[in-house]
Amino acid sequence: MTHANSLYGPLDDVAANAGHLQHPPQMGFFTDTSVCIGCKACEVACKEWNLVPEDGLDLLGMSYDNTGMLGANTWRHVAFIEQAVPLSGQQTGLAGLPTGPTATEATAEVVAERLRHAERGGAELGTTPLHTDDIDRTDRAAQDLGMPGFTRPGDGHGAEGRTDFRWLMESDVCKHCTHAGCLDVCPTGALFRTEFGTVVVQQDICNGCGYCVSGCPYGVIDRSPLDGKAHKCTLCYDRLHDGLEPACAKACPTQSIQFGKVDELRERANQRVAALHAEGVAEARLYGADPDDGVGGTGAFFLLLDEPEVYGLPPDPVVPTRDAAAMWRAAGAAAAAFLAAGAASFLRSRR
Amino acid sequence: MSGLGTEPPGPMATRDHNPTGNGRTRWHGPRSRRGNNGHRELPMMPDAEFRSYYGRPVLKPPVWEWKVPAYLFTGGLAAGCSVLGAGADLTGRSALRRAGRVAALGALLVSVALLIADLGRPERFHLMLRVAKPTSPMSVGTWILTAFGPGVGLAAATELLPAHWRRSVIGRLLGRLARPAGLSSAAIAPGVASYTAVLLSHTAAPGWHEARGQLPFVFTGSAASSSGGLAMILTPVDEAAPARWFATYGAISELAASRLLQRRLGLVRQAYTTGRAHRLRSFSEALTTAGLTGTVLAGRRHRAVAVASGLALLTGSALQRFGVFEAGVASTKDPKYVIVPQRERRAGRGTPDAGRGTAPAHY
Repeated sequence: MTHANSLYGPLDDVAANAGHLQHPPQMGFFTDTSVCIGCKACEVACKEWNLVPEDGLDLLGMSYDNTGMLGANTWRHVAFIEQAVPLSGQQTGLAGLPTGPTATEATAEVVAERLRHAERGGAELGTTPLHTDDIDRTDRAAQDLGMPGFTRPGDGHGAEGRTDFRWLMESDVCKHCTHAGCLDVCPTGALFRTEFGTVVVQQDICNGCGYCVSGCPYGVIDRSPLDGKAHKCTLCYDRLHDGLEPACAKACPTQSIQFGKVDELRERANQRVAALHAEGVAEARLYGADPDDGVGGTGAFFLLLDEPEVYGLPPDPVVPTRDAAAMWRAAGAAAAAFLAAGAASFLRSRR
Repeated sequence: MSGLGTEPPGPMATRDHNPTGNGRTRWHGPRSRRGNNGHRELPMMPDAEFRSYYGRPVLKPPVWEWKVPAYLFTGGLAAGCSVLGAGADLTGRSALRRAGRVAALGALLVSVALLIADLGRPERFHLMLRVAKPTSPMSVGTWILTAFGPGVGLAAATELLPAHWRRSVIGRLLGRLARPAGLSSAAIAPGVASYTAVLLSHTAAPGWHEARGQLPFVFTGSAASSSGGLAMILTPVDEAAPARWFATYGAISELAASRLLQRRLGLVRQAYTTGRAHRLRSFSEALTTAGLTGTVLAGRRHRAVAVASGLALLTGSALQRFGVFEAGVASTKDPKYVIVPQRERRAGRGTPDAGRGTAPAHY
């Protein structure tokens, strides 16, 4: 039962480490963001199949991302990032068009204001919309988001205002870590490791203690205000049982979301990165595919075209359990000092 | 570009009309103003430049409310009072014994109520008892409290038993059980006082996780200080000498560990030195220092001074817990506390990062 690297480090057979004697291979996602078109079919398919409640309809002013981030009622989230650089390996022909500067800055200002008024700094956007009532009267005046417009971009100025442009789109999801922070800290055993190596919350057991929310180094899992329990992606545990692929992968029209055995997916991902590098997309890199990283590699990993933090992902996440022994040692020393202080208090005041 | 140094210089870097081009967003501008709106605060360190997704948090801020830091306080109080009660029992101080045992039970009952009320589904609190899980400090804590509770309850029941029941079978049984029960709770009390530090540190919140070395000493010190303070309020001065010593040791430990904690932190120190966390901890330090001074100088002579010092120590201890809690919450809300240190860690390790250094000229 106890294996080396049970709490931290690379782990060959994550399901066996959790006690599954005979089990299918580890299953996961490879999300190739270089072919994501931002259609959000994955978000919709996930909600439909898993009956995830609606979590607010709002325009967030963050490009075409009106979801915000992953949360209790958002298990797939498509991020949109607009950048004033060209897409590698593509000839856009923008030089001949009257394009102007992007609206990124303008939208960023709008979002910053809303985040300042958000109770949890914007982390709740996945579950509740922000209300414009919270925003100062002056800020509520018409704000130009740059879209949609009736004038052509760049009409107001000449060629000197032109910029390159690319969109990064990424469908984010629970990482199903080899060493899952949420699973480690769950005090009821509601979170468990399935035979597929994935991490799932048992809804009939979760008592909403909220520890997993703070245990996750990716900010994925959250407690729903609707039922007081923790929710996140199950990697469609029910569908996997019946030999089906998860709803999001099924719905993805470009195979940006690929489902399969994690070993095979890692191989495929390495080939894809090599192919992209050969085509001149030097910024392509994998995120989460390294078993030596701080969470022992993730079951759901990504091909990104910029640094992880640009997509809202932590650059170097580490499972808090890595330091469990050191923390208990410190607590033990403090506990001993506490008892010693108690004993000394009575010894010093002998009458 | 401190801590980054990975952005290849491109044409965008020179265009000042679009500083956010290339996604290189200086988000700290509008965000850090929030914690700095006119309040007296330490001078801010210059913010490191970093990129993020529209300035949104990377982590989820804790869903825990005020009940959790309140429990950190009452749990520590219960632990300290049970130690004082058991010690007073062994050394024949009946007033201190009574105060310690009864206060321990009161604080424990409040603790349990707070813990259950903070759950998303309070009616399912008993599901905590279906597993014992060493990797979950909350599970460990549940079992520590389960072991702590009966001893506290029995010892306090003896004190609270009406006089005319003392001669009954139950009364005599309780009388015989009181000492072992009180001693068992005192033996487990150090665990109750210290595990809560691991509870907070064993999270991804940088403000708590990075403080893991010192937090237990802050918390046990705070527990001793508050329980000593409460016993000083409830006990006549001639019997309260151990309480004064306990409060003194605790307050010194809390003050020293709290200073050390702040000094050892990296960027996340800002979560402790700005905003609400800073104000709470400043008040805590002032009150604990005042309480300590009063205890040492005049606590054994004047009951009034002892009561005032005890109140100051109690409040200081409570504010410490709320301050540490707030610092951790703040460290999850601002993405810089996650992104900047992790980038530095990765850069220091020299992790191969596709695209780095090999970026095309236009990138």
